[in-house]
Amino acid sequence: MIEIPRPVGLKNAYDVVVIGAGPAGSRCAKLIADRGLSVAVFEKRAEIGSPKRCAEGIGVKALQRMGYNGNERFVAQYIDGFYLYAPNGKEFVMDYGSPQGCVVERKVFDKFLAYDAAKAGAKVFTKIEVVDLLKDNGAISGVVIKYGEDVFEVKARVVVSAEGIEGKMARKAGIDNTNKLINVDSGYQYEMANLKLKDANKLYFYLGNEIAPRGYIWIFPKGDHVANVGIGIGGGAGVKRKAKEYLDSWIENHPEIFADASVIEENAGGIPVGGLLKDMVRDGFVVIGDAAHTVNPIHGGGMDEGTRAGEIAAEVICECLNREDVSHDALAKFNELWWKERGEKLRRIEKLRQVIERMSDDDLNFLADELTVQDIIDFAGGKNLRKLAKILLRRPKLIKLATILR
Amino acid sequence: MVVKNIPSICLSCGGCVGVCPHDAISLEDMKIIINESKCNGCGTCVIFCPVGAMTLEDKPTNEVER
Ligand SMILES: Cc1cc2nc3c(=O)[nH]c(=O)nc-3n(C[C@H](O)[C@H](O)[C@H](O)COP(=O)(O)OP(=O)(O)OC[C@H]3O[C@@H](n4cnc5c(N)ncnc54)[C@H](O)[C@@H]3O)c2cc1C
Ligand code: SF4
Ligand code: SF4
Repeated sequence: MIEIPRPVGLKNAYDVVVIGAGPAGSRCAKLIADRGLSVAVFEKRAEIGSPKRCAEGIGVKALQRMGYNGNERFVAQYIDGFYLYAPNGKEFVMDYGSPQGCVVERKVFDKFLAYDAAKAGAKVFTKIEVVDLLKDNGAISGVVIKYGEDVFEVKARVVVSAEGIEGKMARKAGIDNTNKLINVDSGYQYEMANLKLKDANKLYFYLGNEIAPRGYIWIFPKGDHVANVGIGIGGGAGVKRKAKEYLDSWIENHPEIFADASVIEENAGGIPVGGLLKDMVRDGFVVIGDAAHTVNPIHGGGMDEGTRAGEIAAEVICECLNREDVSHDALAKFNELWWKERGEKLRRIEKLRQVIERMSDDDLNFLADELTVQDIIDFAGGKNLRKLAKILLRRPKLIKLATILR
Repeated sequence: MVVKNIPSICLSCGGCVGVCPHDAISLEDMKIIINESKCNGCGTCVIFCPVGAMTLEDKPTNEVER
């Protein structure tokens, strides 16, 4: 057997080790490196960003927050609004009149974030999996990495798990981030070409328990005739078929869009649309992004949320390292800040999801008749939910649901 | 073996890893590996998998953790 040498450039110790080069991890690593600390990022895939598990939609504001102007090579299509369809076909249209979001190419976007981390001085490694945590008196003090068939120990003052849905290190650190079926959407998607879209600069959402129980179907255009066509469904009771089967039937029933379309890529994934964690830290350890379920529970967007969590974590970690206190109690500042800036809002949105997913198609149609497109935008942002509660109170069998919103 | 992965169907999305209540699954080199000594056959991963790439030899037990 050929002897595999140590990974090129690997040191024995870093201030911070980040596990996973998804958006959350790379963003966090960049901001820590910016402050002059030593950071290593370990990514187990051979290619960052691939395969994608994402419909690739993100707001322009989120990109700007990360220092991008929207002209980068990762932008596939600008989005200036959306169509949303109730089970009875009622159409909601939002036209912002200018690009508010875009559909990116994750395979390029994730690399850009990793380039930025590397440029800031973080050391990024691919095809290296973190397989265990080092502990010192109960505190996390580094990681064990697998490089080829060899394992190495790498010390770190703080370890950040940004491992996404498949993350296992948080559990090893004593944080139970197992996704309960009621809190995770089962996602499936095709990237398709030669579609007939009436407007290739808008997102499309289709609701209904028949087509996508406890979830929805989406079309996110990546070009005039190219789009991510996907489905996310609840993992619990009442779901009789696989996400793929639901999507396939729906595509078959819509020849006006798909008659001549081809599949260019196939994706699957789990979307943690709930189960926010009160405590995301341990001594020397922080968990962020999908691994900490920091996803918008109603639309499933996790790039914006994951990178924000990465930003907040970076700030707290640097502060703690400067003060030379990376204990649970010091790092708990991350819990406090994240819950204040993001968590409270996501918790409200999670309640909204709990209401929506308990509704029959008939209830959804009733609701659709009462709402304006602005209401829908507000609700999805966790705002004005009192209005929703009021509408629910008007239908006896929905009164119970109104109490969830409290 | 209680639960089985079908590599020809699996898309290596890692979702089953995240839902397994017994930490019995890992995604290594884009392949799903099941730790037979940890898996108790609860069927959670089977219900979750978007494409049907997890199968149980027997019927799921009633211990599915939702
Ligand atoms: C079908 C679907 C559609 C979606 N659509 C959208 C959308 O339109 N917009 C949006 O914003 N979000 C969307 N999301 C959610 C979004 O994809 C995630 O929220 C986002 O990728 C989370 O980023 P992350 O950095 O936390 O994790 P990930 O992007 O999952 O990155 C984690 C990385 O860590 C690596 N890793 C894991 N464990 C280890 C280890 N032990 N050692 C080394 N490396 C490891 C993985 O290989 C991976 O590269 C969608 C998700 C799905 C499944
Ligand atoms: S959930 Fe299904 S497709 Fe995804 S990794 Fe597990 S077995 Fe494969
Ligand atoms: S059957 Fe249950 S215990 Fe076994 S791998 Fe699947 S989820 Fe885990």
